[in-house]
Amino acid sequence: MSASVLYDVPGPRAKRRVMLFSVLALVGLLAGLYVVYRQLDKQNQFDADKWSPLFDPTDDSFELVWARIGEGMANTLMAAALAVVFSLVIGTLLAVTRVTSAPWYRWIVVGFIELLRGIPVVIAIFFVARVLPEFGVSLEPMWYLVIGLTLYNSVVIAEIVRAGINSLPKGQREAAESLGLTRGQVLRLVLLPQAFRAMLPALISQLVVILKDTSLGFIISYEETVRVAGQIVQNLSNPIQTYLLIAVIFIVVNYALSRFAIYVERRLSQGKKAAKTDEGAAVVHADDLAGAGATNVG
Amino acid sequence: MRLRGLLVGTVTAALALSMTACGDKGNDAGTNPPVNTEAKFDEGTTMATLQKAGKVTIGTKFDQPLFGLKGLDGKPAGFDVEIGKLIAAKLGISADKIEWVETPSKIREEVIEQGKVDFVVATYTINAKRKERISFAGPYYEAGQDLMVKKDSDIAGPEALKAANAKVCSVTGSTPAEKIKEYVDPANVVLFDVYSKCADALRTGQVQAVTTDNVILLGLIDASKGEFKLVGKPFTKEPYGIGIKKGDTKFCEFIHKTLTDSPAEYEKAWKDTAGKVSPETPKLPTLATCS
Amino acid sequence: MNVIFENFALYRDGFFKTLLICAYAMVGSLVLGTILAGFRVSPVPPLRWIGTSWVNVFRNCPLTVVLFFCAFGLPEVGINGAYFWFSITALVLYTAAFVCEAVRSGINSVPAGQAEAARAVGLTFGQSLTTIILPQAIRTVVPPLGSVIIAMIKNSAIVGAFGVGGELFAVSDTLTGSRGEAALPVLTGIVIAYLLITLPAGAFLGWLERKVAIAR
Repeated sequence: MSASVLYDVPGPRAKRRVMLFSVLALVGLLAGLYVVYRQLDKQNQFDADKWSPLFDPTDDSFELVWARIGEGMANTLMAAALAVVFSLVIGTLLAVTRVTSAPWYRWIVVGFIELLRGIPVVIAIFFVARVLPEFGVSLEPMWYLVIGLTLYNSVVIAEIVRAGINSLPKGQREAAESLGLTRGQVLRLVLLPQAFRAMLPALISQLVVILKDTSLGFIISYEETVRVAGQIVQNLSNPIQTYLLIAVIFIVVNYALSRFAIYVERRLSQGKKAAKTDEGAAVVHADDLAGAGATNVG
Repeated sequence: MRLRGLLVGTVTAALALSMTACGDKGNDAGTNPPVNTEAKFDEGTTMATLQKAGKVTIGTKFDQPLFGLKGLDGKPAGFDVEIGKLIAAKLGISADKIEWVETPSKIREEVIEQGKVDFVVATYTINAKRKERISFAGPYYEAGQDLMVKKDSDIAGPEALKAANAKVCSVTGSTPAEKIKEYVDPANVVLFDVYSKCADALRTGQVQAVTTDNVILLGLIDASKGEFKLVGKPFTKEPYGIGIKKGDTKFCEFIHKTLTDSPAEYEKAWKDTAGKVSPETPKLPTLATCS
Repeated sequence: MNVIFENFALYRDGFFKTLLICAYAMVGSLVLGTILAGFRVSPVPPLRWIGTSWVNVFRNCPLTVVLFFCAFGLPEVGINGAYFWFSITALVLYTAAFVCEAVRSGINSVPAGQAEAARAVGLTFGQSLTTIILPQAIRTVVPPLGSVIIAMIKNSAIVGAFGVGGELFAVSDTLTGSRGEAALPVLTGIVIAYLLITLPAGAFLGWLERKVAIAR
């Protein structure tokens, strides 16, 4: 159902009313922005020395600042990439073994998943970083972050994979089994490849979550983007401006990723339609999965 | 780790290139003390091991202006950093062979115990509880907890805070944050991860005072361009020590000798860093006995 | 484990403070998120833009950055207040974007015939949204909304770094930081405290889901 179902095609009066509301909303918005602008100006937040190190290439600090931001972004991407890979591998293993194994094992996995899903990621990261060293495991801060993120995200991905497998039409498994494939073969050759296709959008959305969560590395002094921004602020005393820049960077990167997820989703559902499978069911499930990923505030 | 290095490299390479072209920004507040290449140490001591390795890992803060702050060039700078360089130099290790590790307050004992660093110079107050886990050399500086307020404020000391129902800002997990709770209602203590955020909160009127060691406050006052002032009544004594492995008496004695032997370097280290905002150069405090 | 019992009062207060923050933030984000969802399907273009930009900005920005702007940006524009409320504001602004998307997908799941029928009997956009569409949408959005809220509870763990004293994570910071306690027992206590909130919340959600489930 598209939004336009909710209201009639506007007639002349409705058009006038919409126009009125539009103008009111815009005026309200602009007034709000102006007040913010005036207040910030009063606090000298528009002074050139607060902005130029970030945006003016001729400023002495410009190159240094951007080298540091580049370093921070590289660290962010690195930690996120590692966390994604590990989460994907462990998550898939968890999901697959949960589907195929003995009841007692399933209970352990479910318990593990529920436990980890109930703990804030930041606590997981902090826990790993503080407790592992007490047991003599001493690693670089990045690995604490990666392990913490993996602990949390692998169980999320396990759930996505399980939902992906369950979303496949029953006939797939039955057909494969009747061909005489073993349980493992059914999963590996028939179910997982299809499940991954359906899961792709949800997985990309989860990537956005992981990218954002790397910023929790500040808690263990890993020098990712947000922490580097903090250090820059200590040198330049321009917190508002620097964090604004960081916010824009994150929003642009993550927005692009989300658009990509939607694009992939469209491509996949088009493929499904063309292939004329059990169309309705498959598409609906892909939507559900994307929803699960998108609503994951993590 | 190679992969990570590669990534960092590629992203920053272009920027780094233009950076070198731009020339020395002279952000390096400290000059490097003369390296003692002749130093001789008894076999088996920490000094001999470090000298043989030719490098040393030092823990300091990366977010403490004047003492240890990572600059825009990515190198830490400050009084603590200079003290670290001085000790390294006496070990025969030049400044470029030092690996700096960030040691925020809450992990300092840990990293020493685990041997992740060879020693820690990080505005590290000597106290009994910490001595249970590690040993201290020094003190090399004596600070005192004080209050920073707005210029027109009439808060005259910690006792006045309660009456003014003032909110006081400090840093999470720090000693000053615990100490100030003796003077104000804990609900009125606001905590952030760095002091610069406290300064912002004071400027916008979110809090009425900032508390920590006086010399750190001086740095913030300097940066405020006259908006803040120091109350000037330190109500604690904070002797800063150098954290080393528990019971490493010989290393402690070596550090003491280094400190007492180099008054000129000590003074220069101060003047290049914290001395820029502090009117007087401190004398090296009486060193404690190594144990 | 003694450290938990010795500091039981700290833990207890932290637990209730976290709970309080979550309660306020939950109400706020559900209300704001639903309003935003209304914006996103409204006939007034600027409102739709506001809704869409809101979702795109807050969903793609790390919560730490949002918290920063609430704790330090709001005072800059002349809004002073307790950090407790700033952090709740941040949680509400951030979570509302997710609530909005959940509610919107719920609105989209209501059969088109419902809206058409509402229009046919002459209801306005506001009327059909509030009396016909949303009541039905809410039922289908209970599961996604629930996971949004549980995620929000977990997200609340980082407000301790933004001037809110005494909540659970700040407690762990005090104990392992200035008091120098060993990390394992302290953090185990914190983990248990969070599980005491999130596990019952998850169970309640499962129950609610079954209760409001509609066969479609």
